[in-house]
Amino acid sequence: MGEKVLMKGAEAIAEAAIRAGCMAFFGYPITPQNETPEYFSRRMPQVGRVFLQAESEVAAINMVYGAACTGTRVITTSSSPGISLMQEGFSYIANSNVPCVVVNVMRGGPGLGDIAPAQADYNQATKGGGHGDYHSIVIAPHTVQEAADIMFKAFELADKYRIMVVMLMDGLMGQMMEPVEFREWVDVKNNKVPVWATVGQGERGQRNIITSLEILAEGLEKMDIALQEKYKEIKSGEVCCEEYMMDDAEYAITAFGTVARISKTVVDLARERGIKAGLIRPVTVWPFPDKVFEKRAEQVKFFFDVEMNEGQMLLDVRLSVNGKKPVYYYGRLGGIVPSAEEMLGELEKLAGGKNENII
Amino acid sequence: MEKQVVISGFGGQGVMLAGELLAEAGKTEDKFVTFLPSYGPEMRGGTAYCDVIVSDKAIASPVISFPQAAIILNLPSLNKFEPLMKKNGIIILNKTIIPQDVKRKDVRVCKIDAQTIAKELGNEKVTNLILLGAYAELEKTVSIETLKKSLKVYLTGRKEKLIPINERALDTGAAAAKEYMACHV
Repeated sequence: MGEKVLMKGAEAIAEAAIRAGCMAFFGYPITPQNETPEYFSRRMPQVGRVFLQAESEVAAINMVYGAACTGTRVITTSSSPGISLMQEGFSYIANSNVPCVVVNVMRGGPGLGDIAPAQADYNQATKGGGHGDYHSIVIAPHTVQEAADIMFKAFELADKYRIMVVMLMDGLMGQMMEPVEFREWVDVKNNKVPVWATVGQGERGQRNIITSLEILAEGLEKMDIALQEKYKEIKSGEVCCEEYMMDDAEYAITAFGTVARISKTVVDLARERGIKAGLIRPVTVWPFPDKVFEKRAEQVKFFFDVEMNEGQMLLDVRLSVNGKKPVYYYGRLGGIVPSAEEMLGELEKLAGGKNENII
Repeated sequence: MEKQVVISGFGGQGVMLAGELLAEAGKTEDKFVTFLPSYGPEMRGGTAYCDVIVSDKAIASPVISFPQAAIILNLPSLNKFEPLMKKNGIIILNKTIIPQDVKRKDVRVCKIDAQTIAKELGNEKVTNLILLGAYAELEKTVSIETLKKSLKVYLTGRKEKLIPINERALDTGAAAAKEYMACHV
């Protein structure tokens, strides 16, 4: 670890990706993540790697697809409307079993929406988004430091499972500055080309073919089943979840990303007032940490899900709790970030406590 | 110890730079810091603000709903943040262009004729640093010396020549705040 630098989230993920051995960036500008491509455009040439601004998001994701087929560590970053444009490519990447990392710095939607922080692409990211039965690994950091750390893990997971890994962030995390300490550089000098990569036959003796097409249904079903087997393996081994003050909690707040961070303040404020709250924060939102919720359902009186959307993770929480305890929801839409005080007010109402003026 | 401050003014008044310098100084003093800029379709002349938190322990929410302290550079900012201030919070005011008084009686106020002082120092643009110096003097979030070190990180290349006047701005602001509080408390 080196010294700490004060950096915007949108820049920190770019530096982390470069250190993690990312060899190519393809993308198209969109607010609120323009600092990411800007940073890549400056740094990638310095380290002899590729930065390319494509003519559109559709082109960018297909460039990512192409680079991924050669086993190159590759990334694209965008924000909600841009990510929507990439969905076809995501689906092809999924069924081609190639690794890449995609960052979505979510903003208010639907449509062109606004440029304020939101979390309304949760369903799109975790349930597929593109067509067909597929998943990506979806990771939702809640601080700039965590985002920088997870970027290394994202590339490792992508390579390990030959899968797309999505880093689900929001405009607030992209724009805020925090001190960050970066991990050591991944040495790319000794990178080996994976055996499946399409980089020419060489001495292998046979051609590698990467495709998402199988015109015979029996053949495609086999491919689909193989994908599902891979997802099962990921579900059993790669779930990650943080619990905060949950040991003696009577009420569990559930949240991811920025809202989870604010929720830690809510937990602290609630405990000052004698309300035993805790936080369950899924770090991987796919695979979802359902076992944690199953276990805590035995302990808490209710779950209180807070999101910057109309209740998208709420459905996963409800499925995991499976009716054992009530699951309540509070959220803000359109790019409004809920304050700790308003969340505490809602929690107090639900817990049957007083809801006096909080200032 | 956790110190939270909102810095607010017109775009172009150096609100973000003041916030980043404070965050950088907090980092230099080995504290946890967050810097959160207001972010929208802003332009020069529009209202811009940032939330800065400096703390001895890890910071949960980086969002300040009810500020303990506010550095206010223009009138729209006073109107926005005065009602939100915590009781006994402190408002550090750029008196030069804010003709209005703080109405609330349950907050502390430090009025600094910052823009006039800046002009006297030779550059109106250091108004932000005068107020930041005043803030550091009153709230002791970071030391003036560490803020001066931060200047060296942010003012590089052709901006390096601006370091001395900004250092003077920090010192003058701190002195002005001391003087104001001595007369008004």
